[in-house]
Amino acid sequence: MAEIAGAFSDLSYLDYLSTKESRIHRLDPRAKLLVVMVFIACIVSFQRHSVSALIPYFFFPAVMIALAGIPLRYLLKKYLFLLPFAVLIGVFNPIFDHTPLLTIGPITISGGWVSFTSIIIRFTLTVLAAFILIAVTGFNGVCAALERFHVPKIFSVQLMMLYRYIFVLSGEAMRMVRARDMRSVGKKGTEINVYGSLVGHLLLRTWDRAQRVHMAMLSRGFNGEFYVKRPLVLKASDVAFTALWCSLFILFRFINLPVMVGHLILGAN
Amino acid sequence: MHMADALISPAVGVTMWAASAGMIAHCSKKVKEDLDERKVPLMGVLGAFVFAAMMINFSIPATGSSGHIGGGMLLAILLGPHAAFLVIASVLVVQALFFADGGLLALGCNIFNLGFFPAFIAYPFLFKKIVGDIITPARLTVGATLAAIVSLQLGAFSVVLETLTSGITELPFTTFVLLMQPIHLAIGLVEGIMTAAVVSFVWKASPQIFEGPLTVAPSGGVPIRYMAVFLLLAALVTGGFLSWYASENPDGLEWSIAKVTGRGELDSAGGVHDFMAFIQEKTAFFPDYSFGTSESDAAAAPQDHEGKLGTSVSGIVGGLITLALAFLAGFVLKRSALRKS
Repeated sequence: MAEIAGAFSDLSYLDYLSTKESRIHRLDPRAKLLVVMVFIACIVSFQRHSVSALIPYFFFPAVMIALAGIPLRYLLKKYLFLLPFAVLIGVFNPIFDHTPLLTIGPITISGGWVSFTSIIIRFTLTVLAAFILIAVTGFNGVCAALERFHVPKIFSVQLMMLYRYIFVLSGEAMRMVRARDMRSVGKKGTEINVYGSLVGHLLLRTWDRAQRVHMAMLSRGFNGEFYVKRPLVLKASDVAFTALWCSLFILFRFINLPVMVGHLILGAN
Repeated sequence: MHMADALISPAVGVTMWAASAGMIAHCSKKVKEDLDERKVPLMGVLGAFVFAAMMINFSIPATGSSGHIGGGMLLAILLGPHAAFLVIASVLVVQALFFADGGLLALGCNIFNLGFFPAFIAYPFLFKKIVGDIITPARLTVGATLAAIVSLQLGAFSVVLETLTSGITELPFTTFVLLMQPIHLAIGLVEGIMTAAVVSFVWKASPQIFEGPLTVAPSGGVPIRYMAVFLLLAALVTGGFLSWYASENPDGLEWSIAKVTGRGELDSAGGVHDFMAFIQEKTAFFPDYSFGTSESDAAAAPQDHEGKLGTSVSGIVGGLITLALAFLAGFVLKRSALRKS
């Protein structure tokens, strides 16, 4: 419960970050969404033993974090919290793949460890990209971008409504849990019948709230259509941002920069 | 159960994205056609409810651990398949963006695994069949529990297929299945018990809530046919695109072909391919490359670029330098940003 409550304060903190001002924040949400999707697509398109070729992609999070002023410590904390899950899945690779792939002097590294490293790097990059996207765009920005990309209106409105009521209902759930904890005199855990009635009550309250929301919408002239006024205009900076990053990502995809740098250094020795 | 981007290939990611996007479009159309506009605020608020319900923990008897509800089956029972699918999809979008619970490219997979099975398989073919025309608390309980278990089993199996088709993990099929299915049997049982508890409470307190979805005829058959055609088309399109791309880029060839040929061949193809590649590297790459001899560097360079061994000593040295440069770039930019403000 404490950790989930923490997750919700995270949610509002990420939302708060998105209200800041920076060159990155001012960009069109569509540009940012597109760049992040191209970024992720390029990363996952590498084969499973790629390690060095993935490294140049760290430029993207580094530059974005710096330009948008996202607190690095916060981002790393969120990332480290998730890391065990990636390790848990990736750790099977060294177990099942013993093919020696690389020898550096006396040390032989198996294919499993190489692909494990690759998985961790992929995970790091893609998770950072998702957090960065929401921290510089905000949820409503992402929804607006989705709408412009022709996601059905019902779905984008669904996303916005869900997001608006998360804060209201999670507050309600937290109060219910706290009230129960205070009355259960040190008894830990919720039994099944108590669980059913707690969540059931929350559901009934939610249902009533939905009806009130609907009536409020009707009284304001809701007739099943949604009108969203959102002046999204692509500026030159948006186009430049998208073009620059996308072409860099594609360049990194086809040219292994670190290997070239390595050859340069080792060759010069 | 939520898949991460790190473990999927673009072919799988894009195919499942296309499938889920098609489903979302189809369900949006259906909900709109039903003209049940009362559902619009209800769907939004119920999506938020799922998040709130996750904060209430249920202690699993005799284990000392606790769990929270996933909510997919509950949404299907409350809203019917189409609206439920949209709500589950929206919940997953928020989870992916704010908690990195499931990746962005893997979102299509996750929406399919966690939305399609409860809404379009377990709900119409199990829950509705068990509950029947005369709703009783016992039937609701059995129906909700079984439906939750089955939809999680199918979802878990789907995760196995998608992950192995992607070919990033080395887990053999049987091991992976033997890991995933029993774990998700337990998870499904707990989810089922929780869903049943909530459903029977609400049935006692306010039975009219179930009148809407349970009295309307289910339409499970159409989406499945629709789904099959869509999956096939999407696989063909991405497969075609990827093999075209692969022909220009030799290293991509094996993975894209392994991916589109499906599970059965993948294992053997992967094994043989790995072995061949290993031989190839052993015979071609290593002898060519020795430390410090600069004349071999030039020869090794072209093979290095995208070779099976993305990692070599050059790769490691260059990688570290590139990483340092990336951090340096961030650091310098941050400094200049601070100075400006």
